[in-house]
Amino acid sequence: MARAASPRRKLITTLTAWTVALIIFFPVLWMILTSFKTEASAVAMPPQFLSADWTLENYVEVWGRSAYPRFFWNSVVIAVGSTLLGLVIAIPAAWAMAFVPGKRTKDLLMWMLSTKMMPAVAVMIPIYLLFLRFGLLDTRIGLVLVLMLMNLPIIIWMLYTYFKEIPAEILEAARMDGASLWNEIVYVLTPMAVPGIASTMLLNIILAWNEAFWTITLTTTRAAPLSAFIASFSAPQGLFYAKLSAASAMAILPILILGWFSQKQLVRGLTFGAVK
Amino acid sequence: MSTQSTRMAARFMVAPSVLVLLVWMIVPLAMTAYFSFRLYRLLSPDRTGWVGFNNYIWFFNSPDFWLALTNTLMLVGGVLVITVVLGILIALLLDQPVKGQGLLRILVIAPFFVMPPVAASIWENLFMHPQNGLFAALARGFGAQPILFLESYPMPSVIGIVAWEWLPFATLIFVTALQSLSSEQLEAAEMDGASAFNRFRYIILPHLTRAITVVILIQTIFLLGIFGEIFTTTQGGPGSASTTLPYMIFKQAIAAKDIGRAAAGGIIAVILANIVAYFLMRGLGRHLDA
Amino acid sequence: MGKIQLTKVRKAFGETEVIPGIDLAIEDGEFVVFVGPSGCGKSTLLRLIAGLEDTTSGVIEIDGKDATNLPPAKRGLAMVFQSYALYPHMTVRKNIAFPLKMAGMPEAEQAARVERAAKVLNLTSYLDRRPGQLSGGQRQRVAIGRAIVREPAAFLFDEPLSNLDAALRVGMRQEISELHQSLKTTMIYVTHDQVEAMTMADKIVVLNAGRIEQVGAPLELYNNPRNIFVAGFIGSPKMNLIEGPEAAKHDAHTIGIRPEHISVGDGPWEGVVGLSEHLGSDSFIKVDVPGLGIINVRGPGELGVHHGDRIRLAPAGKIHRFDDKGLAL
Repeated sequence: MARAASPRRKLITTLTAWTVALIIFFPVLWMILTSFKTEASAVAMPPQFLSADWTLENYVEVWGRSAYPRFFWNSVVIAVGSTLLGLVIAIPAAWAMAFVPGKRTKDLLMWMLSTKMMPAVAVMIPIYLLFLRFGLLDTRIGLVLVLMLMNLPIIIWMLYTYFKEIPAEILEAARMDGASLWNEIVYVLTPMAVPGIASTMLLNIILAWNEAFWTITLTTTRAAPLSAFIASFSAPQGLFYAKLSAASAMAILPILILGWFSQKQLVRGLTFGAVK
Repeated sequence: MSTQSTRMAARFMVAPSVLVLLVWMIVPLAMTAYFSFRLYRLLSPDRTGWVGFNNYIWFFNSPDFWLALTNTLMLVGGVLVITVVLGILIALLLDQPVKGQGLLRILVIAPFFVMPPVAASIWENLFMHPQNGLFAALARGFGAQPILFLESYPMPSVIGIVAWEWLPFATLIFVTALQSLSSEQLEAAEMDGASAFNRFRYIILPHLTRAITVVILIQTIFLLGIFGEIFTTTQGGPGSASTTLPYMIFKQAIAAKDIGRAAAGGIIAVILANIVAYFLMRGLGRHLDA
Repeated sequence: MGKIQLTKVRKAFGETEVIPGIDLAIEDGEFVVFVGPSGCGKSTLLRLIAGLEDTTSGVIEIDGKDATNLPPAKRGLAMVFQSYALYPHMTVRKNIAFPLKMAGMPEAEQAARVERAAKVLNLTSYLDRRPGQLSGGQRQRVAIGRAIVREPAAFLFDEPLSNLDAALRVGMRQEISELHQSLKTTMIYVTHDQVEAMTMADKIVVLNAGRIEQVGAPLELYNNPRNIFVAGFIGSPKMNLIEGPEAAKHDAHTIGIRPEHISVGDGPWEGVVGLSEHLGSDSFIKVDVPGLGIINVRGPGELGVHHGDRIRLAPAGKIHRFDDKGLAL
C-alpha cells in the first residue's frame, strides 16, 4: 500500500501506530524500568515511572550473589547444544531431500512436521520415567536431547527450504567447471548454504531458550535453565520485585536481541514456508 | 544428479532423522498407551495391575476434567480470536507509510521473544498484583477496588497473558502477507470505486486468507500445549479454575504421582489434538492448497 | 578440436519422448545455432551435449571420442547459462579462476589466464567485485570469461541474451560474434530469436518438437526453406502463406511470398490497406486482398500508404511452393 498519504493522514496513522506499539511493548519497558529501581520505589504507590534513585544494585545482587549465573549458563548450554545437535542430524537429511528428491520426499517432510503436532503431555510420562531410570532427570544432556527432538522437524524443514533456494544452475555450472561432488559441496554449496544454516540456528536457539514445558518438568536445581528458575520463583513476597525484574530482564535480553535479527526466519521457520 | 549411488547416499543421510523421530514418536506414545491401562502410582509402586479403562473413566467422571477441557478450548479459542483480529488490524496499521517502521516493528514483535515464565511473571507481579500492580494503582486512582485478576478471573487473565505473547507472531505473519499484496490491485479497486472498507473486505481480507489459516493452524498446535504461563501464575487455580488439560495431566503425574491416570490423560490429549486438527483441516484445508 | 557428432540421440523423460532421435554433425570452429519455438527441445539438446542430462539412447562423439557416458567435467566443454549462474559468494576473479582451480592448475598460471580473459572482455576493473555488484551485461561477460579460460573444445550458450534489455542485446550479440572470430572455437548457441540466429550463425539447426526441420547456412534457410515450418520461422515479418486458387495457379497446395518480396503500385493483387506502420526506414502494411487473405508487405523507406487506401501489389521475388504436406516443391 504505497499510495502517498496526505500529511494529516500520515500524522494520524503514525500517532496511532506508535501508541499501539508502545502499549504492546509497555510491559517489557515497565519491567526494565523496575529492574533499575530500589525495592522500595518498585512497589511505591502511586507507581513511579522514572525513579529518583536509579541503581544497578539489583543486577549485581542477582548475578553476583545468587545461583543465577548457573541458570543462565544452563540456558545457554541447553539452547545452543540442542540446536547444534539438531543441525548435525538435520543438515544431511535436508541436503538429501532438497538435492536428491524422491517420490516420497514431500510425504516424508509432512510426516516429520506432523511429529511436532503431538502434545508434549502425551509423552511426558514415558520420558519422565525413562529419565528417572537412566538418571537423566535434572541433567543438561537430558534436556538437550528432548529439546532437540522437539525442534528437529522445524530445523529440517527450514534447512530444506533454504537448500531448495540454491539455484540448480549454479551447481551445474560447478559441474561443468570440472568440480567433483566433494568440490561442489565444499566450494559452492556450503558457502551458499551458510546463511540459511545460520538463520535456522538463530531461530531454534530462540525456541529452545524460551521453551517452558520440558525445562520445567524435567529439572529441579542443577540443570534448571532460566525458564524453570523464573517459573518457580515468580510471585515473591512482594519485596523483591526489582530483583525479579532484573533477573527477568537478563533472561530475555539475549533473545530480544537475537529476535530483532530473526524476524524473517521466524516467519519462514514457524509457518513452514506457507507464507512468503 | 540422481544416479543410483547418489540415491543410496541420500537414503543414508535421511535415515538418522527418520529413525530418531520415529523412535521419539512411537516408543513414548506406546508406553503411554500401555501405562494408561494400568494401575501405577509412584508412591505405592507395589500395587500394579491391569485396570482396563478405569483410568479413562476416572477422567470422564471427574468434573475437573470437563472443566479442564473447557478451559483448554477457551484458551485456544480466546487467544486465536484476539490475535487474529488484533493482528490484522495492527498489520494494516504497520503497512501504512509510517515513520520509524523499523523501531515500530521491534516494539510490536518483542513480546513473542519473552519466555513464557517471564511474560507471566511480568503480568502477574507488575500489573495484576492486587497490592503492587499497576492495574491496582490505576483502580485506586479512580477510587475503585483493585480487581483480583488471577484470583477472580484466572482463565481470562491467562488468556490475556498468552494473547499478549502471541499477538506479535500473528501480526508478523500478517505484515509479511500484506507485503505481497500488490498495491496495483488496490489501486485498481480504488479506480473501480471501492471504499476503504470494501477494499479491505473484497481484496485485502481474501488475500490474507491463507495467512490467517496458517496462523490458526500453527497457533493451535502451540496453544493446546500452553504450560509455563499457568505454572508460573495460577498453578491451575484457584482450585481448578485455570487448569487446562495439559496442566491437569501434569498435576496427576507430578503432584499425585499417578502414572496410570496421567498416561490416560495423555492419550486423551492426543485424541483431542487429532480431533481439533481434523476439524481445522476440514474447515481450513482448502485455503492452503500448495 | 571441437568436432561434435550426434548419432540417433534420443531423450525421454519418463514416458514423454522429448527428442525422438537426432543425427547432427558439427564441424570444428563452426558457430551453430539451435533455434526453434519454446519447448522444441533445443535447450535439452544442448544439455545432452554438455552432459548435464543423460541420453536415453544414441551416441555423442566429441573429437572422435565417445563422450556419451562421460560426466560434464570430462567432456572439455564450457557452458554459459541463461541466468549466468555465477558463484555469488566469490569475486569475479575467483569466479573466472574456479574451473582452473578445479583442474589443479598452479596459481600463477591461473592468475595469468584470468588477467588475459579479463582484458579480452573488459573486466579488468571489476575483478575484485562480487556478482551482486555487477550489471546484467557485466555478469554476462564474467560468465563468458569463466568459459573462455578453460580453452574448451567448444562453447555452449543457453539463451545467454534473453535476460538483457534490447539495446544491450544487440551489443552483446556482436561481441559474441567477434569473440568467435578471434577464438575460432566451435560455438553452439541456443536461442528462440531468429534474428540472433541469422546474424550469428555459420549453420542454423531449426528444431520443432524435438525434430530437426532443417540444417543449413542462414541464407540457405532463407532462400530455400524445406517446409512451411522453416519458411514461417525464418524471416520477420513472417512469410505470407496463401492457399486456394492463387496457389493452384502455381501448381502447389500452398505458396509463400516474403513481405519484403512484394512491390506496391501495380500488379495482379488489389486490396485495402488495414494496419500500416511507418518506421521511417521501413514501412509495414497489412493489405486485405480478396481471395488471398491478409497480406503483409514490407517496403523500404516510406511507402506513403495509409489505412483505408486501395492499392495494388505484385510479387517481386521468389514464390515458394509447398505441397499439401507442407514440404517444399
